[in-house]
Amino acid sequence: MSDDPMQEAAPDNAALDEAALNDSALELPEGYDNKFPIRIRGLTNAFGDYVVHDALDLDVRQGEILGVVGGSGTGKSVLMRSIIGLQFPREGDIEVFGQNITDAEPDEVIGVRNRWGVLFQGGALFSTLTVAENVQVPLKQFYPELDQTLLDEIARYKTVLTGLPAEAASKFPSELSGGMKKRAGLARALSLDPELLFLDEPTAGLDPIGAAKFDELTRELTDTLGLTVFLITHDLDTLYAICDRVAVLADKKVIAVGTIPELLETDHPWIQEYFNGPRSRAAAKSHEGADDRRKALDKPQAGRA
Amino acid sequence: MREWAEYSVDERGGRVTVSITGPLVVSGIGKLDPELRGFSGSAQFIDISGASRVDTVGAWIVHRFAEEQGAEIIGASEAAEVLLEAVEECSSDADITPPRPYVLGRVAEELGKKVVDFGYGMRRNVGFLGAILIAFLTVIRHPSRFRVKALVRQMELVGVSSLPIIGLMSFLIGIVIAQQGAVQLQQFGAETLTVNLVGRITLRELGVLMTAIMVAGRSGSAFAAQIGTMQLTEEIDAMRTIGVSPMEALVLPRILAAILMMPLLGFYASVVAIVGGAVIGDVMLGIPFWTFLARVQEVVPTYDFYVGMVKAPVFGLIIALSGCYQGMQVKGNAEEVGLRTTMAVVQAIFMVIVLDAFFAVFFTEVGWA
Repeated sequence: MSDDPMQEAAPDNAALDEAALNDSALELPEGYDNKFPIRIRGLTNAFGDYVVHDALDLDVRQGEILGVVGGSGTGKSVLMRSIIGLQFPREGDIEVFGQNITDAEPDEVIGVRNRWGVLFQGGALFSTLTVAENVQVPLKQFYPELDQTLLDEIARYKTVLTGLPAEAASKFPSELSGGMKKRAGLARALSLDPELLFLDEPTAGLDPIGAAKFDELTRELTDTLGLTVFLITHDLDTLYAICDRVAVLADKKVIAVGTIPELLETDHPWIQEYFNGPRSRAAAKSHEGADDRRKALDKPQAGRA
Repeated sequence: MREWAEYSVDERGGRVTVSITGPLVVSGIGKLDPELRGFSGSAQFIDISGASRVDTVGAWIVHRFAEEQGAEIIGASEAAEVLLEAVEECSSDADITPPRPYVLGRVAEELGKKVVDFGYGMRRNVGFLGAILIAFLTVIRHPSRFRVKALVRQMELVGVSSLPIIGLMSFLIGIVIAQQGAVQLQQFGAETLTVNLVGRITLRELGVLMTAIMVAGRSGSAFAAQIGTMQLTEEIDAMRTIGVSPMEALVLPRILAAILMMPLLGFYASVVAIVGGAVIGDVMLGIPFWTFLARVQEVVPTYDFYVGMVKAPVFGLIIALSGCYQGMQVKGNAEEVGLRTTMAVVQAIFMVIVLDAFFAVFFTEVGWA
């Protein structure tokens, strides 16, 4: 534990973060009405001469699960990295909770980092820490006043909340399977009770049963905790099962945003190919049946997760 | 100002109600949590209708307090109700860190592990050397399978690119030996013997030894890190499945490059060190630069050169061997790469110095003193 840089750095940064917390947690910038946690205007990203995004616009609504799809190399991950401030865009504005991200340096304290959680594709768990300690890292960073007993309790219930067995809390990431790593990564992403959750291909590399369970978990948590989810995926089942809206990335722009039936009405060739391909039709079919069953189940336990 | 959640106690008709007000969220419960933990007395009701916001951490604290007190939670909003139910389902008392045995047991366990690991390590090291020999023999039998390009590339990395740093280091070492030696020898009026000192010690010992240490730090570590990272990314497994032997493709070129380049680098280092000594001789002792070099030829026996050149390839083998061996042992996570790289360098330098001592005794015994 003691050899972890995150924990040693915590006290220094904590003071700064606290200042940012005071400003941001409640007093929102003027004109921010809480309807669109993420607003992107005219985003242009380029690597050398290769333009990934060209004047891209996108709004994410409060409380929705927005699926982001697109062919390989269309810059889905770059888009996510831009929003969370890891990729510095060439042009354009990105507002998260009304705060401009593009003006800030990658490591600058911008007062929104404690309001989002990010699940990277490989989980990106700190390999020298146990799952529980991983969950505690953001908590220690932002809220150094919390008691170790409380931190342990939080780590325990978050572990179980994300569907891991309770004993997994004391395991190191190298002892976990791929699906468990994703869940542990999700537990860390959720450790601060964020309002906004970024998921980068959460079901990639999981077996169909694990993927379906992860989808279910995402939906449940979104409803329980009132999250807004920005979800990058290739998984058609995920799109059909849990996404409220889907944004399609192609031609360096978001060419369409909407529910799947809405998207099917557009006549962009890529969208047609994507949603009318054999795999998509199969996913849609299996989902129709599942949807009815889910609705029937949902009714009696409405309001519960 | 940052807001904190607070609580107040209300006693009415023998029933105690704890009312919690303020933001019942992770950023606001820092003060409330220890206070509730230290709450003495008993409460029948917990009223959270005054909480402005609730998240899972807030819900957890209320839930835990209610459990401890056996109290009933009242005034929860619909959202809070959902969260309370969610955290209630998720309570667990599992360990946060893996269980640790007592100190004595741990010391014994670690010590035992170290001893066993050392034994296995020795065996595997020898096994690795054997595997290299087999790969070498195979390559001799099938010369077309030998990767000349890889060898040349490694020779460049091990040899050519290290010329500047080894040159600078040796030059400075030559200066230090000549200057310090001269100061001592002057007391006996024997400062001309500085030539013998510099010439013999660099060719016999220091030239090769310092080069070996530098190569271990530069190339031995690189071998371990490169091969270790390839091991992590499953590149080595991919090679095996395609039918390419990692021994032939990765290890052999590196070993041969180190064996071939070490004598050249060692000789180069000795020469540069002598030049450094000659410079000091010229400046401090009044021995002209060219005279110093000519005297070196007279006072240094040829076998001093052979002593250095016999040791150099052996040192090269040791360095490359430990670098490649440690690299191949990497498994698990990124941390292991760093650990193995360090081990490769430490092992290489240690073995080089131990062997150097044996060589010193051996050469003196056979009359090359």
